Amino acid sequence: MSEAREFKYIGQSTIRPDGFDKVTGRANYGADLSLPGMIWGKILRSPHAHAIIKRLDTSRAEAFPGVLAVATHSDFPSVTDQAIESGEGSLTLLDLARNVLAKDKVLYHGHAIVAIAAKTSAIAEQALALIDIEYEVLKPVMDVREAMAAGAPILHPDMFTQGLAEKPTTASNVATRLEYKMGDIEAGFKDADVVVEREFYTPTAHQGYIEPHACTVRFEKDGQSMIWCSTQGHFDVRASTAKLLAMDLGKLKVIASEIGGGFGGKTTVYLEPVALILSRKSGRPVKMIMDRDEVFKATGPGSATRSWVKIGARKDGTITAMQGRLAYEAGAFKGSPVMMGCMTAFTPYAVSNMYIEGFDVVVNKAKVAAYRAPGAPQAEFAVEMLVNELAVKLDRDPIDLRLQNAAQEGTQTIYGPKFKRVGLVECLEAARDSKHYQQALAANQGRGVAAGFWFNVGGQSSVHINMNPDGTGTIVEGSPDIGGSRASMQMMAAEAMGIEPGRLKPIIGDTENVAFSAGTGGSRTTFATGMAVIEAAEDVVAQMKQRAASMWNVTAEQVEWVDGVALNTAGEDRLSLAEICAGADRTGGQISGRGNINARGAGPSFAVHLCDVEVDKDTGKVDVVRYTAVQDAGKAIHPKYVEGQYQGGAVQGIGWALNEEYIYSADGLLENAGFLDYRIPVASDLPMIDAIIVEVPNNFHPYGVRGVGESGIIPPLAAVGYAVENAIGVPVTDLPLSPPRVFNLIQGKG
Amino acid sequence: MARVTFSSTQQQFTVDAECEVDAGNYRELIAAITSRYPALDRAELLQMAVAIDGEIIHEPLLELVDSDSEIHFFHFIAGG
Repeated sequence: MSEAREFKYIGQSTIRPDGFDKVTGRANYGADLSLPGMIWGKILRSPHAHAIIKRLDTSRAEAFPGVLAVATHSDFPSVTDQAIESGEGSLTLLDLARNVLAKDKVLYHGHAIVAIAAKTSAIAEQALALIDIEYEVLKPVMDVREAMAAGAPILHPDMFTQGLAEKPTTASNVATRLEYKMGDIEAGFKDADVVVEREFYTPTAHQGYIEPHACTVRFEKDGQSMIWCSTQGHFDVRASTAKLLAMDLGKLKVIASEIGGGFGGKTTVYLEPVALILSRKSGRPVKMIMDRDEVFKATGPGSATRSWVKIGARKDGTITAMQGRLAYEAGAFKGSPVMMGCMTAFTPYAVSNMYIEGFDVVVNKAKVAAYRAPGAPQAEFAVEMLVNELAVKLDRDPIDLRLQNAAQEGTQTIYGPKFKRVGLVECLEAARDSKHYQQALAANQGRGVAAGFWFNVGGQSSVHINMNPDGTGTIVEGSPDIGGSRASMQMMAAEAMGIEPGRLKPIIGDTENVAFSAGTGGSRTTFATGMAVIEAAEDVVAQMKQRAASMWNVTAEQVEWVDGVALNTAGEDRLSLAEICAGADRTGGQISGRGNINARGAGPSFAVHLCDVEVDKDTGKVDVVRYTAVQDAGKAIHPKYVEGQYQGGAVQGIGWALNEEYIYSADGLLENAGFLDYRIPVASDLPMIDAIIVEVPNNFHPYGVRGVGESGIIPPLAAVGYAVENAIGVPVTDLPLSPPRVFNLIQGKG
Repeated sequence: MARVTFSSTQQQFTVDAECEVDAGNYRELIAAITSRYPALDRAELLQMAVAIDGEIIHEPLLELVDSDSEIHFFHFIAGG
């Protein structure tokens, strides 16, 4: 569909249409809607990591003055084990219901048990203390090794491991075992002159969105309901909530507020079904807002993992075999992204012999949720650390070694398909040729190189473009804007219609005024919703040409459309878009174009990162002194936004590598549930992240787009990890590389 | 005939890692596979994503299949 071509608007960094609202405070986020008669909801959360609820009595709370409703798990209609769409996580409706409000067991510190709605949030908070609850405290399991050990406390007595050769008869904390293989792994290692292997650990890490979960809901007596919430997918909120509460989709309207970060963490529901139950029971609108403590304790982070990887290569640098075993924490309910880890780990490499095994393991922590390329950063950390070690053992430049073995068009992937055109080679070359890579290192400094791969997805998107009599128009689309997509939609529509982007206003429709759109995630929006926008814009152009033809008494085929103007090829006539719109009431009514698409052909995006660090050997503190993120965007619709995605992914990955982890007590209680002690990088911690945009067009998109939102978080864990290893001369296996850990490594106590 | 490669999870039910199927479209393909391997859950298969000749398709129900197509099954990829 597209090779390199000249664009009129695409490729410029225009003023973002949402910028004014955001910098002036006019933008309305999840907590910003208030309704007449609104009351406040609060949640009682488990003080234990693992316990049976022996007795629950809410009568004193219900009788407290000002309390108008109480909700527990028993307020859900009967829910089944039916699988619901939850991306890589394989969630069931039953598990979702039990996560939203615990049934008979609490499975993590902070697990929601009872919700109260009252006239003020202070009254609701006071009433929580009146709930009488008796627990039988159980021993928690807090990591995969404990959970997988013989005799481990079992979270779910009805969970039996799937994916084993023989069906098991005893319950397990291992929900699923899976494997992927290609070629002959034993033969591959026999062919190797050099073999490297290591075990690795990555910690639980939160997406770190600044805006907590929040919603305002209203349940009317006739069943018509409304949810206003901060979400990456309001159609998914509608689907999940309707299923949990046995409601018709047509009676539930969901409006996506402006969103202050999601990164995958807002692709599920926590508060919304609970708030709706409270609203139904009280007859009043209900607002619920999580505080930061709740966000950390009770919303899904990215999985902690334990990995083992082994790689073999010949002396000439050809990698002959790659093997791995990955165990991922799912949290309290099954459904970690271990499958994605297995599918992505070795995919940057064209190697004939691969074998990888994955385990989805439940532990007494919050149920994990997607976090930007879910599953891939953890697996790639292990692989890229070893590729760097291999480069040293083979006395090869780490980028050259990767170029020699890089996946390209036609490379067979471990999960089956062969690649169409991809840009890993171009990214590696750009990294090799960058100013960063030419810089010499100073004392106590080290350098790390790492690559990463993400599939990107397409899926369903719907758009309509409504034109006004003055030639301006509104683009109504269904994809919450988590990374600047409204600007890209505006530009793609402008390009297709040949008019200035400023003439078109992009808005996010709710579930009643725009047709179905899958959630914003998977790096799909600029690609898939972009294609729907282009389709809608082309529909507008086709109608414009038809109207012009009718006014000139010619056929539509005799009308050409150039830069927003209809030209009569059979004469001298011309009409601008604005002129056609001005006369539209006389030629058939105002014009509206439509695009409904189930987009396919999403092009993968490869990324290559370079990181230089300096280590203070007296304290173990690591400073990033130089960082470059190279990634293939296919075609950068809005380059500044694309750079922002690269930089944001890099910063999140650097935080994951250097500082971020959940710290638990011996009883499984989370001890650092706040940004003071869960340390994410801030602007003063890091140098400018240099972003290099590589453009290898994706031929399945009219403008060549590849999604870019996720690949950027995959390389940093190993880029930083290996840079530290290079600086201190000691192998790194565990993250985060916080000062105490690095200091211990230096001291030989690691 | 189209060549179908099964995921590791599916191989528990098929034993075969791959098979060849005579089908002109995805529905015929599913019918042929579930007939040959009755232990495979048809409803679950219809929920899966598939790669047809390298292109990942999340809802493939109406897809055509060529005589030399390569088919790979896997679960939905959603991302974050």
